[in-house]
Amino acid sequence: MNANLMGIPALARHASRRVAVRRRAGFAILALVAVFALAGPFAIGIDPARQTLADTLMPPGAAHWLGTDLFGRSVLARLAHAARLSLGLACVAALSAAVPGVLLGVLANWRGGRVERALVMLADAVLSVPGLLLVLLFAALAPGRYWALYIGLSLSLWVEYFRVARVASRPVLAGDAVQASRLLGFGAAYILRRHLVPALAPVLGTLLAFSTAQAVLALAALGFIGVGLQSPTPELGLMMIEFLPHYEEAPWLIAAPVSLLMLLVLGMMLLVAEEDAP
Amino acid sequence: MNNLTNDKAGATATAWTGILLRRCMQIVALGLLVGTVCFFMARFLPGDMATRIAAGRYGYDLVNNAAADAVRAELGLDRPTWLALLQWWGQIARFDLGTSLVTGNAVWREVAHQLGATVDLAVASMLIAVTAGLPLGIWSGLHPGGWIDRLTLASAVLLRAIPSFLLAVLLMVLVAVQLGALPVAGDDHAGSLLLPALTLGLGLAAGLARVTRAAMREAAASPSFEFARTKGLSDRQALVRHGLRQAATPVVAYLGVQAVFLVEGAVVVETLFAWPGIGHALVHAVFGRDVPMIQGTALCMGGVFVTFNLLVDAACLALDPRRRTGSTA
Repeated sequence: MNANLMGIPALARHASRRVAVRRRAGFAILALVAVFALAGPFAIGIDPARQTLADTLMPPGAAHWLGTDLFGRSVLARLAHAARLSLGLACVAALSAAVPGVLLGVLANWRGGRVERALVMLADAVLSVPGLLLVLLFAALAPGRYWALYIGLSLSLWVEYFRVARVASRPVLAGDAVQASRLLGFGAAYILRRHLVPALAPVLGTLLAFSTAQAVLALAALGFIGVGLQSPTPELGLMMIEFLPHYEEAPWLIAAPVSLLMLLVLGMMLLVAEEDAP
Repeated sequence: MNNLTNDKAGATATAWTGILLRRCMQIVALGLLVGTVCFFMARFLPGDMATRIAAGRYGYDLVNNAAADAVRAELGLDRPTWLALLQWWGQIARFDLGTSLVTGNAVWREVAHQLGATVDLAVASMLIAVTAGLPLGIWSGLHPGGWIDRLTLASAVLLRAIPSFLLAVLLMVLVAVQLGALPVAGDDHAGSLLLPALTLGLGLAAGLARVTRAAMREAAASPSFEFARTKGLSDRQALVRHGLRQAATPVVAYLGVQAVFLVEGAVVVETLFAWPGIGHALVHAVFGRDVPMIQGTALCMGGVFVTFNLLVDAACLALDPRRRTGSTA
C-alpha cells in the first residue's frame, strides 16, 4: 500500500491542482473504508453471528451503534465483518490479477512480434465475456465458495492490468534510458526494477484501488441477486437484500451497507477523476 | 498491424478483415471458455451421471446398475476427462446446446425466446440513454459552464455513484410502491418495461452525456470547426456539417465500453425486476443447477456482447477515415 501512497502525487504532477485534491480525497475515502474493514472487527469485538432474539430491529443506540437486525445481531459488527470479507477478497483478487497482468504486459512489449500477438489474443479471448458474467459462471461452479469467486474475479481483472502495463511500458522500453542500460550490459531484472517499476507504479497504484472497488461492487451485486456468497455470511449485498423488507420500519438498517458501498464508489470515482475542461 | 500497402482500398479491406478476425476469434474463445466452465460444472453435479441419464431415458423405476453401465459404455462416460471435454466442445461447435434439465425443452428454443425480451430491454434503455444523454451532452459541450452543464454534471456524478442494483430498488420503492404508478416487477402490463429500462438507461445516459460533452468541446475547439465558422457558416451549419461527425467518433467508441455495463446490468436488473430475459434465465439456471441452460444463456449473452462490439467497431471505421487508411494504430 506504500507504493500507492507515493504514487498518487507523482501521477498528479501532470494534472491540475483541483484534480490532485480530488484524487487525494478519493484515496482518503478508500483508505478510511479499508481501515474500518481491517480494524473494525477487532475494535467492535461483537460476534456478528450472535443472535439476541429479544432485541430485534433495535434502533441505533449505545450498545449497538447501528441497531440490530431481524435476529438481533449487531449491524455494526456485521458491517465491519462484511467490509473485511469483501475488501479482503477483492484486494487479494486484484493483487493476484495485477502480478501476472503487469508481467505479461511488459513481456508483450519486451518480446514483441509473435509473443505480443499471442498475448493480445489471449487478452481478447478473456474480454469476450463481460466481467460480471465470468464471476457469475465461476460462482455457479461452486456456490457460496470463496475460491470460486476469487478465481472469477482475478480472471476478469487481469486483462485491465495487461492492457495498461502494455501501453505504459512501451515508451519506457523504447526510451534512451533503457537502451543505455542495455548497452551497459544490465540484465532484464535490473531494467525491470530500475526503469519499469518506477514508471508504472503510479498508474498501477490507481488501477489497483480502482479494480479493488470494482471487485467489491461485483461481489455486492452477486450477493444482492443471491448467486454470490450465501447467508448467514455477513456480506454487503446479502445484508442489503436482508434489510430491504424493513426499509419502512427500520430505514437505518438498509442505510448502513448502502452508505458503505456508496462511499466506496465515490472514492473510486474521485480517484480516477479526469481533467474536466473548464 | 504493419500496414505497408499504400493502396487505400487495400488498407480499408485490411482494417475490415482485422476487425472481423478479432471478433471471430473472440466468439471461438467465448465458446471454449464458457464450455469448459460448464463442463466442469456438470462434472461437479452430485450423483452419477450415467444413472441420471439412464433414469431420464427409462424412468426411475427401471434403472439398475446394468442400465447405468450400458449408458456409460454407450455415451463413453467412463472415458478420461480430456476426451469428454473434447466431445463437449464438439457439441458446442455443432451448436448442439442440449436440453434444459428443468423444463426439458431444447435450450436454443428457450434462449431464442428470452433473447427477444432482453433485446427489448436493451433497445429501450439505449433509447432512453440517447434521448437524454446526447442532447444534454451536446448542449453542455457547446455552452460549458452554463446551468444545464452544471446540472448535467451533478446528476451524472450522482447517477454513476449508484450501482445499478441500488438504482433499481430505489426506482421500485419510489415509483412503483410509493406512487403506485408502474408495476414493481414482471412482464404483465404495458408499463412494466419502463422501470428496468429506466434503471439501465439512466446509468448509460449519465456516462454518455459526459463523454458527448468532452467530445463536443474538443470538436468545437478544433481548427476545422473554427475555419467553418470563419468561412461564414452559421453556428447550426458548422455544428451539423463539421462538429457532429467529429464528435461522434469518441461517443460511438464509448458505446462499446458501455456494452459491458449493458450486459452486466441486464443480468442484475432483469433478475430484480423479474424481466423474462436472458440474464434472468441465467441467474435462475444457476439457482436450479441447470447446466445446459447456464451454458446456453452465457453463450448467448457473450455472443450478443461480441456482436455489439463488432457493430461499434464497424461504426467507428465508417465514421473515422483515419482508421480505414491505417494512419493511426
